[in-house]
Amino acid sequence: MSSVSIAENLHVHRLPNGMVLLGEPMPWLRTAACSILVPAGTCHEPEGKQGLAGATIEMVERGCGELGSREFLEALDEVGAETHTSVMTTHCDLSAVMPRDGLARALELLATAIRRPHLPAEQFEDVRQLCWQELRAMEDDPSNRCFSELKRFRFPSPYGRVAQGNRQSIEGLQYADVGDFYRAHFRPDQTVVSVAGDFDWPQVREQFEALFGDWQGEPRDELPEVQVVYGSRHFDYASSQTHLALAYDCPAYGAPDYYQGRALVGILSDGMSSRLFTEVRERRGLVYSVFATCFSIRRSGSVLCYAGTMAEHAEETLAVVLETIDSLAQGVTEDELHRLKVRVKASLVFEQESCLARCRQIANDWYVLGRVPPREEVWEQIEQLTAEGLHRHFLEHRPRRFTLVSVGSQPVELAHGID
Amino acid sequence: MELIDYRPPGGPQILALHDPAALTASYGWFVNTGARDESADIAGASHFLEHMVFKGTARRSAEQINRELDYLGARSNAFTSEDRTVYYASVLPECQGQAVDLLSDLMQPRLDQDLFELERQVILEEIAMYDDQPPYGAFERAAELFFGDHPLARRVLGTIESVSDLSVEQLQEYHQRRYTKDNMLFVAAGRLRVDELIAQVERLSRDFPAQASSSPQPSVEFHRQSAAVEKGLAHQHYVVMMWPGISWSDERRFALRLLAAAIADSSSSRLFWELIDNGRAETAFVYPQFFRDCGCLTGMLCCAPQDAAEVEEIFVRTVSGVRARPIDARELELARQRITSGLILADEYPQHRMFALGSAWLERQEFLSLDALLAKYAAVDVDDVAAVADALCAEPWVSVRVVEEPLD
Repeated sequence: MSSVSIAENLHVHRLPNGMVLLGEPMPWLRTAACSILVPAGTCHEPEGKQGLAGATIEMVERGCGELGSREFLEALDEVGAETHTSVMTTHCDLSAVMPRDGLARALELLATAIRRPHLPAEQFEDVRQLCWQELRAMEDDPSNRCFSELKRFRFPSPYGRVAQGNRQSIEGLQYADVGDFYRAHFRPDQTVVSVAGDFDWPQVREQFEALFGDWQGEPRDELPEVQVVYGSRHFDYASSQTHLALAYDCPAYGAPDYYQGRALVGILSDGMSSRLFTEVRERRGLVYSVFATCFSIRRSGSVLCYAGTMAEHAEETLAVVLETIDSLAQGVTEDELHRLKVRVKASLVFEQESCLARCRQIANDWYVLGRVPPREEVWEQIEQLTAEGLHRHFLEHRPRRFTLVSVGSQPVELAHGID
Repeated sequence: MELIDYRPPGGPQILALHDPAALTASYGWFVNTGARDESADIAGASHFLEHMVFKGTARRSAEQINRELDYLGARSNAFTSEDRTVYYASVLPECQGQAVDLLSDLMQPRLDQDLFELERQVILEEIAMYDDQPPYGAFERAAELFFGDHPLARRVLGTIESVSDLSVEQLQEYHQRRYTKDNMLFVAAGRLRVDELIAQVERLSRDFPAQASSSPQPSVEFHRQSAAVEKGLAHQHYVVMMWPGISWSDERRFALRLLAAAIADSSSSRLFWELIDNGRAETAFVYPQFFRDCGCLTGMLCCAPQDAAEVEEIFVRTVSGVRARPIDARELELARQRITSGLILADEYPQHRMFALGSAWLERQEFLSLDALLAKYAAVDVDDVAAVADALCAEPWVSVRVVEEPLD
């Protein structure tokens, strides 16, 4: 793989108000993307107002500056901008990807939405209805619900909140809450703007200064530490499968040993020869879907595992998942580590095909780490991993306490408990 | 980017779209077979075979296949539809030889009895998984009603009963009949070594069976019916609807795609403004599906149960209303902009080019470059869209609602 270049050239520009602009040129593309990451996630919602972060970002997109709600969306269409909005635990993110000529206009539109939204009172009830729709739709999909319930259970307030909120909180939202939340959390310090793709850096930098240079706001308050709860919880639901979501601790993104934890999850779940896929699906036929992934909230890292299986196989499936995780105590083979390294190297090349993915990644890196680790650095970290080192890391952090949520027609019990 | 189209004597067809500037390369076998090529007694065979292809060949065990895909750092997968089965891998360009060898070897699976039984369990779990996902089989039920006795009514995954009854001998027979040189395409896109690729595919496919056999298919007749799918507890109301459409060789398909975008895109469409923006529905979309001998429009609506009747009425009125109030120039321009942009964005990926080329060739034995495709959309005017709306947008022929299961 020596012929593959993974070098990049990241531009960084800071404003006195604390905002940062990041730019990663990908001149081999004909497209460009921009993201605005605002520190207004679900953990910032006032107690009892779950769902407010999502409602606020929805209101922000309903007209801004000189444009009404409809004109705003049509203006994005005119430049072929595909928009993506996501509400996360610590922030929300408004992104757009389009043919490169539309970048300046899209950035202007998103910036105007963030800075000068109309927050139209007459549309607030529509937005509440939308929140209802999203909450009920999540409740109707048991695999999705399983992860929502796991988050609620594992992380006590404010970090266990899900973007959809809950029935009581959606009912209780008031129009005034939206304005309060907007004023409190849409502010320049910690807001990160990123662009990636084919763009002209001096031009983007100049536009960024014009759009955000005069934005003022108070620096934000400190957030509490993340707490974690262990144990199990079942949600009765008349589904065909029992859906299992299991979590245990691992290093958070940005921790010095993060890549060791991430590599162990890779051995468990990345690719068709990974241990979970092999043991649970290929050798036993217990599931169609099984996987594990890393998930971080601030300095707290978790491995999240999922398996969906028919009720009569649920206990066996859970037992095999736990055994497979614990099989890492027997060590990692050189062959497994080699496959993992090849996969990571390939994925560092694949990510250079998508300006949207790259744009969101660099904004997130800056928000969480205060910097963007270059691909060479990521690759060095991966290349330095050894089978002995991973084995030692697992033994030192061997998971003994778990958080388990099951959704299905019968509770899942383990003879010896799981915490 | 130049299209290389080569067919060695006896096949299979090889297509390559070389882009020296690409960072990756994608390769795929497109097999011209799917659920519509099955008889009732082997319903689900195409999809079952797709699973079994990864379970060992004369040269590789199942575990070796999985490990090798990971050694390649491949982004690989397979899928089955009504009329095709596709196996693909995207890799770094230097892995071409190994990726092509592996993908081609997979086309001649061993079909072991033991692994067949194990995989049956995985597929039954897959059926159960989809049964839990909204709208809980309503798409499949709607197709059954709409296509009646025609093989297009067949469920791609089969049913619990048909999958439980399938035998490995039936799969072997199906494979011999359908995975043949004249019924398969090899497609590649991205940074390629084309001469090497052609020689390798030709060599590796030399022993594939020569000629496909299939039973003649009846002509398609659409049916008007409604039905309900029972589900324990659904918090939302779901309905799936179907209308007659057009085939993939019909030149009106560009106008139809623009019409569907103007009616039903997830942003800035009529259904968006009528139902999504104001929170009346969670989902409301309509999309066209094209087959060689017919086509259909499929729509889905998800909303609060207490609003179901009113919202359904708005949904149907919005779709059929395009005849009385045709899509205007502004709506058409915005829809065109969204489609154009989507095509340009997708064209960045060699994997997407591979899929687009394989599908176009399977359907029409032609390929349109991005510019040629954009020109087709640019040529559509409001009258073209009005004509296709007039022909297709009436009351739905089929409606399937998800209703709460009665208590025992």
